[in-house]
Order: sequence, then C-alpha cells, then structure tokens
Amino acid sequence: MSHDSMNRAPLVLLYLNVLVIATCGLVYELLAGTLASYLLGDTVTQFSLVIGIYLSAMGAGAWLSRLVVGQVARCFVEIELGVALLGGFSAPILFATFAWASLFQPVLYGLVFAIGVLVGLELPLLMRLLREQLDFEDLVSRVLTFDYIGALLASLLFPMFLVPRLGLIRTSLLCGLLNAAVALWGTYLLRPLLPRRVLPGLRGRACLVLGMLCIALLKADRMTELAEEGVLGDPIVHAETTAFQRIVLTRNSRGFQLYLNGHLQFNSVDEYRYHEALVHPPLSAAMTPRRVLVLGGGDGLALREILRYPSIEAVTLVDIDPGMTTLAERFPPLLELSQAALRDPRVTVVNNDAFVWTGRSGGGGGPFDAAIIDFPDPGSFAIGKLYTRRFYRMLREHLAPGALVSVQCTSPLVAPQTFWCIVSTMESAGFHVRPYHAAVPTFGEWGFALASMEPVPQQIRISPEVVSALRFLNDDVLNGLFSLPPDLNRIKTEINQLNNQAIVRYYDQEWNAWR
Amino acid sequence: MELSRRELIQLLLGAPALASVLSPGCHPPPRLPAAGQLLGQSLEVGHRLRDGFQPQPDVGSWQDLPVVIVGGGVSGLSAAWRFRQRGFNDFVVLELEPDPGGTVRSGTCSLCKFPWGAHYVPAPLPEHHLLIQLLADMGVVESTADDGTPVIAEQFLCREPEERLFFGGEWIDGLYPATGASPDDLAQLDAFRREVDRWVEWRDSAGRRAFAVPSRLSSDDSQVTHLDQDSVAEWLRRQGWNSPRLHWLVDYSCRDDYGLSAEQTSAWAGLFYFAARQRTAGSGHQPLITWPEGNSPLISHLLQNLGTSVRTGAAVTQIRPVGPPSRSAVPAPAAGARPTRISPAAQNSPAAPDSVEVVWYDTQTREAAGIRARHVIFAAPQFLAPRLIADFTQRTGRQTDLFRYGSWFVANLHLQDRPREGRVPLSWDNVIHDSRSLGYVVATHQTGLDHGPTVLTWYCPLCDEESRDAREKLLQASWADLADVVLTDLERAHPEIRQLTTRLDVFRWGHAMVQPIPGFRTSRQRQAAAVPDGRIHFAHSDLSGIALFEEAFDHGCRAADEVLEAFA
Ligand SMILES: Cc1cc2nc3c(=O)[nH]c(=O)nc-3n(C[C@H](O)[C@H](O)[C@H](O)COP(=O)(O)OP(=O)(O)OC[C@H]3O[C@@H](n4cnc5c(N)ncnc54)[C@H](O)[C@@H]3O)c2cc1C
Repeated sequence: MSHDSMNRAPLVLLYLNVLVIATCGLVYELLAGTLASYLLGDTVTQFSLVIGIYLSAMGAGAWLSRLVVGQVARCFVEIELGVALLGGFSAPILFATFAWASLFQPVLYGLVFAIGVLVGLELPLLMRLLREQLDFEDLVSRVLTFDYIGALLASLLFPMFLVPRLGLIRTSLLCGLLNAAVALWGTYLLRPLLPRRVLPGLRGRACLVLGMLCIALLKADRMTELAEEGVLGDPIVHAETTAFQRIVLTRNSRGFQLYLNGHLQFNSVDEYRYHEALVHPPLSAAMTPRRVLVLGGGDGLALREILRYPSIEAVTLVDIDPGMTTLAERFPPLLELSQAALRDPRVTVVNNDAFVWTGRSGGGGGPFDAAIIDFPDPGSFAIGKLYTRRFYRMLREHLAPGALVSVQCTSPLVAPQTFWCIVSTMESAGFHVRPYHAAVPTFGEWGFALASMEPVPQQIRISPEVVSALRFLNDDVLNGLFSLPPDLNRIKTEINQLNNQAIVRYYDQEWNAWR
Repeated sequence: MELSRRELIQLLLGAPALASVLSPGCHPPPRLPAAGQLLGQSLEVGHRLRDGFQPQPDVGSWQDLPVVIVGGGVSGLSAAWRFRQRGFNDFVVLELEPDPGGTVRSGTCSLCKFPWGAHYVPAPLPEHHLLIQLLADMGVVESTADDGTPVIAEQFLCREPEERLFFGGEWIDGLYPATGASPDDLAQLDAFRREVDRWVEWRDSAGRRAFAVPSRLSSDDSQVTHLDQDSVAEWLRRQGWNSPRLHWLVDYSCRDDYGLSAEQTSAWAGLFYFAARQRTAGSGHQPLITWPEGNSPLISHLLQNLGTSVRTGAAVTQIRPVGPPSRSAVPAPAAGARPTRISPAAQNSPAAPDSVEVVWYDTQTREAAGIRARHVIFAAPQFLAPRLIADFTQRTGRQTDLFRYGSWFVANLHLQDRPREGRVPLSWDNVIHDSRSLGYVVATHQTGLDHGPTVLTWYCPLCDEESRDAREKLLQASWADLADVVLTDLERAHPEIRQLTTRLDVFRWGHAMVQPIPGFRTSRQRQAAAVPDGRIHFAHSDLSGIALFEEAFDHGCRAADEVLEAFA
C-alpha cells in the first residue's frame, strides 16, 4: 500500500464513523424515550424529559472534551467502548430495573445522562483528530453533514425497521455492537496516533465488549423470539419463560396486554368487563361470601374484584406458576392494575397444579362460599384436565353448601361445542349450571358459566357496597348477561372426561376453523 | 467373558438400536446417573431349593389349619379374597418375598409411586362378574350403565393422551406407524381390524365367545383352538398380509403382553390380545384401568382385612399329601429332629391322603415350620410344582417342561425435568419403533402432574432367540451396563435424557411370565395343570398360558370355590 492511499482511505472511513456514531447516539435517545413512555405512560412528558436530559448531557460532554489534553485518539476509542457498553445494554438494563426495582426513574435518567455525556464527547474529540488533515471550514461542514445524515437515518430506521423487526432490546444491543466495532476499527485507523503499548489492551477490551454484546444478543434471541413482537403487534415490555409457560407483557399507548403461551389473557383497556363478569355473579349471588377460592387467575385481577366485598375473610388463590404470581406481585403496572390484590393479607397464594391441589382433600382454606375458575382455554391436555367431570367432582369437595362457582368458558360464538361441553360436563358432575355471556371487545363475545350444587338463583342483586365501584355491571346488566341470543343456542356435546379429553378436540377444531 | 456394550445393546434393543451407537473406537465412557441399583426377586431360597435344600421343622412347630395358600401373588391373594367374600377365614397365605404381590410390584419416591411390574388392566366386559365386583368394592367401578356395562370412574381410566410412537425421527399419535404408510398398508390394517371384529362377534354353538376373559370361558371349538398351531406372524402371512407396519403393530402387542415376538407367539394368543378385550365389532379395545404405581392398588385391596392371614418371608419348601395319622402318632412323637423326609403322619398312614403337609422356611429367622392342612392352593408358578410337591410327577404323571418363561428388564428413571416436547405431547405409554424395548410409561401421568420432575418406567422383555449362554450373561450384566442400555434406547427419542436422569434403578425378572408359544395353549400339559392333585388345588396365571391379571384372579377365585365345594 502506498503512503498516499494510507492517508486517504482513513479519511473516508472516519466520516463513516461519524455516521455510525451519530445514528447510534440518536437511537439510544429514541430508545430511552420510547421505553420511558411505554413503561411509565405519559408520552409527551417522558419524551421531553429524555430529550432534554440527553441534549444537555451532550452539551456537558462537549464542554468536558476540553479537559482531554494528550492521547486524544486513545480517549476516543475508550469513549466509544463506553458508549457501546452503556448504550448497548441500556434497554436490557431498563427492562430489568423496571421489572424488579422501584429505582426505575433514577436509573433511566442517569443512564440517559451518562450516554449523552459520552456521545457529546465523541464528536469534539473526532474533530480534533481530523483537524490535522483538514482545514477548519471543511472539517465542520463535513462532520456536521454526516452527523445530521446519521440523525436522519436513525429517525427513519427506528420506527420503520428497528422497533418492529428487532424489538427494543435487540436494537439497543445492535447499536452497542456498532459502537464497539467503531472502537475496534479505530485502533487500526488511528494506529499512527496511538502509543504502541496501549494497542493490545485497547483491542482486547474492544473484543471483550463485542463479545459481551454478542452473547447478550444471542441470549436476547432466547428471551424473546424475534417474531414474537411482530406477532403480538405491540412492543414487549416483559418476557419470560417459566417452567410452565411463556409469559409476555406488551404495551401500547392504550394499555398493557398479558399473553400466556401466545394467548391473550387480558388487555388492561377492557379487562374490567371480563373480570367483573367473571367474579360478581357468583360473589353477589353468594350473599355474604367469606371464603373464596380462585383457581388460575395468577394475574390478581379477579382477586381485585373479589376483595371489593367487605365480607371477605380469606381468599385462596391456586395458580401453577410462581413466575406469574410473582410477576403480578412485583411488576409495577400489573400491581397497579390489580390494586395490589396479591399483597392483601387475606390472600393466600398456592403455587400448584389446580388439579393436584383440588385432588387433595381438606385443608387449603375451605370450605369455600364461592369459587372463581379462571384457567386458560382448554388448548392442551394439561389444561383440558381442568375442565373434566373428575375435576368438577373434586371441586365439589371444597365447596360449602350452596356455594357458587363461575367458570370462564372461552367464546361461545367461536367455540360453541367447547362452551356447551363445559356446561354439560359440570352438569354431569352434579352442578346446576346457568351459562352467560359478556362482550369484552379485545376478546369478542365471551362465555361464562355460573354453577352451584343448589339451583342457581334466577335474579342476582349486586351487593350495594360493591355496585358503585363497578364500571361494567349493574343489576340490570348482570341479569341480562344470562339471556343468550339465538346464535348461542345450546348444542349437544360429549362429556369431557380424563380419558377422552373431548374438549381439547372441540377447542382445536373450532378455533382453527376461526383463524 | 462379559458382553461388550454393543453386544448388550444388540441383545436387548435389537439391531436398529445399534445404528445409533457410535462406531467402535475410543469414546469417553457414557454418562450415567449419579444413583441407582440393580434389583430382583429373592433368589437365595429358590437356588438352595434347587440344590436340594430341604429344611425340617421341629416337631413342636407343626400347626393344623384347614387351608394353606402357597404364593401371595395375584392368584393367591384372589383366592384369599374369594374365601373371605364367601365367609371362610381359616386359611393362611405363605409368600416367599418380603412383600406380597408377586409380579405386581411398585416403588415410591418423594414425587410419586411407580410400577416395577404389571401396570394395567383393561376394563372388564359385563360378563366378568367377579372382577367387576372386586373393582366395585374398590370404587373403580362406580355404577352399571343401562346396557349392563360397568362404568369405570374416570380417574382410574388411562388419561388422554394415552399413547404415542417414536417413528421416523418424531413422535406420532397412537401406536400404528402411520407416517408414510401406503394405501396397501392401510388396506391391510383395515382388513386386520375387520378380521378382529369378526372374531369379536364370533360365537360357538354353546354361545361362547372365541376369546373371552377369563380365557377359561373361551370357546374350545376347533376353529378357535386350531389357531394355536401357528405363530401369529405366520397366521398374518397366511391371510396374505405382509405389511411391515401391520406386522410391527402385532409384534409390538405380543411383546407388550406376552414378552414374545409375533414369530414366537401363538396366533391364538395373538388374536386373544386384540379380540378378547373388545366388546363388539367396531367398539375398539376396552379402555385401560391404571394407577401411577401400576396394579399395586389391586394388591392392597386384595390384602385388606387379611391381617395375619398373610405371612411374608415364608418360603414353602415342601408340600406332601398324607393319610390319616395312626392313633399312636397323635400328637406327633416326642421331640428330636427326624432326618427323614417323611413326616410322622405320612409314615404311619397307608390310607388315602386326608391332609396335606406344608413345610415352610422363615427367611428372616431361618427356621422351618409345618402346617397340616386339609387343602392347599398352589398359587406359585407351575415350574415349581415338581420341585415343591412331593412325588408330583410320579403320582400325577404330569410334566411341566412346556411351561417356559421369559425374562424382563424394568427400569425406573427419575427425571429432574421432562424431555423437550414437540407437537405430540408426553403420553402415558411412549413407544420407540426401532427398538426391542417397549418404551416407557409415565408414573405421574395419572396424577395430573404435567410439569417438572417425573418418573419413567421402561420395559424390555428378552424375546429374541438368543442363546442360553447370552441370556445367562444378560442376567449377570452389571447395573452400569444395563443403565447405559436403557439410556441408549431413550436417547434416540430424547437426546437430553442422560442430563435429566438423576437416578436409574433396574429390576431383573428372571421368570417373568409364562410364554404362549404355538401349541402351548392347547397342550395336554397346560390343560391338565388346573386339575387338582387330590387335596392340592392349582391357581396361577401360568395355567392359562397367558400372564394377565384377569387370569390370575380367575384361577384364584376358582380354586377357592373348589376348596369350599370340597368342604361342603
Ligand atoms: C414386568 C411385568 C409386567 C407385567 N404387566 C402386566 C400388565 O400390565 N397387566 C397384566 O394383567 N399383567 C401383567 N403382568 C403379568 C402379571 O404380573 C400377572 O398377570 C399376575 O400378576 C400374575 O399373578 P400370579 O399370582 O399368577 O403369579 P405371580 O405374580 O408369579 O405370583 C406368584 C407368587 O408366588 C410366590 N412364590 C413363589 N415360590 C414360592 C414359594 N416357594 N413359597 C412361597 N411363595 C412363593 C412368588 O413370590 C409370587 O409372589 C406383568 C408381569 C411382569 C413381570
């Protein structure tokens, strides 16, 4: 290579560096803003705050650059590495703090400020490096041009490609990787300006950072399937795979959505309709419910409705997945939505398979005046067993005389055989059953069953202490739920038993035909 | 010389399994679970008896008791159950092992119970009244449907998903290897099913089914008994059915129920498997009754209220019919051990035997005792009859050499977590197509525990025609070698099985079950075996030639009825 080209090539490449640095810098800012508005709501405030802090931090960085005397090149590489680490891990760090700590806001603003300072240091240092090769006007115009092109690139890529295709965590890690690559590359481009003895150390550290980010990217692949966000439509704010299921929480501007194994469990926008319909018919019909059993419902939202009744003395909630109940107890938006119901001293959480728990006689806080059965739809044999005659028979052993039971029964419109199979199966286990329905916009037409070993009351009055707090139900609406339109007319089905699991077959056929 | 890993795998799992084993060369030793052991029946007394061990009880340790039941397996305990049901309590059951149950055996861990032997019984047809009564006592039969069929409480029926097959690299539903089956394969399967249906509906001139449970009630029409002449594989071929898939299904069924390949199983027994447990044409196989620990709850129920009438650790060493004692010999002569094999009573009585002396040996205290009984029910395997019953062959002229027995290996694998799942979920019965093993059943399946740790019970009969020598060596294989074979077998379907298994125990059944080879069912030897030898009555599944709970139960009840009739 001639001496000439050695001087030329780096110049073009350095501009490319400016482009990358500028793009990544803006992406970090957008990431922080988006995350803050997802997690904390209030988009305008969050974006303003994040932008304000970020810009002022950049200013601080620019000002600090004057303190760098000597070893400018080395400083530049080190700062790049810093940006790669902090920026690259910013989204994972923020998700983690949000889920498990109340320190979210300080961490958020601190991180935004730190990244801002580092990014603010980048350009002044780079310009000082280039000063030797260019005259001032040229330098400023070129660097700033690339800086602004980078900003444009970031603002286009971020909403159109990065977030929808990669998700927030991967976007952040990818930008970190780019910054780290710039740092490693810098050790070659700027070699004439770097002292020999620091070279190996710098490159080693650059490789280390690259490695860490790569590993995190691979892990992120396991944490959230790349396609998942695309499928669910909204950004994922929490995802974990427990021993029992995959729990994913998404968030959009209107609220939260909880998915278990890809099936929507609730949308915070209209979950009150579902949970009021599930809980109040049995609890109000039970007159003064003291002891209540909840099977499933680890999100705590049915609990919230139950705890509205002043007569409640004890609630036992049985959910198989400690991952779910812990999340509901600790994850701020869920905790808020359930009004911290899971932390109520009257509530006992049991993490066990409801089938196994129900099969054990006695104990466990019974006999119960009411039971709320809120299992996922019967899409697998492991869940289908919770809709069998055997299960309902075992349940009887835990009920006080005259106790009322409600069951979520999937959509009677989409899956009429599934719906009526539940009703028939409960009847075969000795229950009197009154099926009912409610409109839950994000689910559609939804089905429930109210059951008791005694005839189920024909008229239900919502307890006066409760009715004013409800948004969906009043006495008229509640009793109206029991009149089914003709398109939900009863059909004959098999009884769901452990040894036939007819319901799993019905459910599969009906929902597949619908999709 | 010991068997190499490859030889062992070939013998137990068959040639296809070998393909998965690495080619010869140096490999790190395969990973084995941290814990496990080799288990088996108590062999000591049996071996000593074979070597002529003949303990004599002290004269003072003789006791009089109307009835002794020898053997506390299903047949012996069923006889006891039947006695009590009919209000007769003057008997004792002598069982060699520390626990009753025979080939029904189970274990326990903190998570669940699991089987070591028999693990299911098909729901009985309405005709099997006594069995229905037993199951009703247990709460297993909860009512009777309008058409007379017993209604089984659903928690005792095998839960869906019942079975799946690992075939062509993936798990598929059911046991028929359907993937890639040609129209001809399916046509043959269909024709086979229609032939089974024909036998289900078939009745002889006396109105008997061709294949009934208990098998005693099956027709003896020559159309049916003729089937016993050939192997079921040969029978299939003779029908023009050569589909490898159909042959596999039938072969698997024979290995599963009888521990024999289709080439070794009589067509009578092969068809019995399919036709006896089906009610009407097209009604399909009767649903299976099962418990997490296999059939042990049946044993526990049979044992209920028996209390001290069952003595365990009591090995019967001799059974001899004796005539009435001479006056001077009552009571037994003065103390002093007699070196002779003949009891005081027998020596002095030329008259026809009016009682039976049973000598038994307490495996705990290592002392012998004797019981003078009016009747004995011999509910131990038939091959022991000539060894235990004095002058059996001379007196009865009966041979027992056609009673042949297969060996089985059963392993229980304790898993810290379940293997990864694909489209077809873990089922109760999980069968691997390219293996001579029967795959495994899942002990937690019936409990409703669908996540996390579990116990898998792996079954493998030794049915290939290996040399006696190889078989002896197999029975001497070490725990490590056997554990490796089990894991090698399962590894093909579950690559992570070695990491998941925390404990693996292996149980060796030397004489696991009688073999219904062609000709055995219709042999004189088998038919004569149930005929009483004077006051000695016989009960054991061996007498049917097929080792099934229902057969053992039936023989036990029948023998008890025989005894009560003799008393009447
Ligand atoms: C691995 C395996 C799996 C099986 N699976 C099934 C199944 O799923 N379903 C099914 O129906 N059947 C199954 N069987 C067969 C089943 O075990 C028999 O149907 C039935 O339990 C046999 O009972 P039995 O009383 O006839 O014989 P055994 O179980 O052989 O009982 C005989 C008893 O006699 C005792 N005995 C022997 N010698 C003496 C002596 N000298 N003194 C005192 N006692 C003595 C033995 O210890 C034993 O307890 C299986 C068998 C095995 C080995």
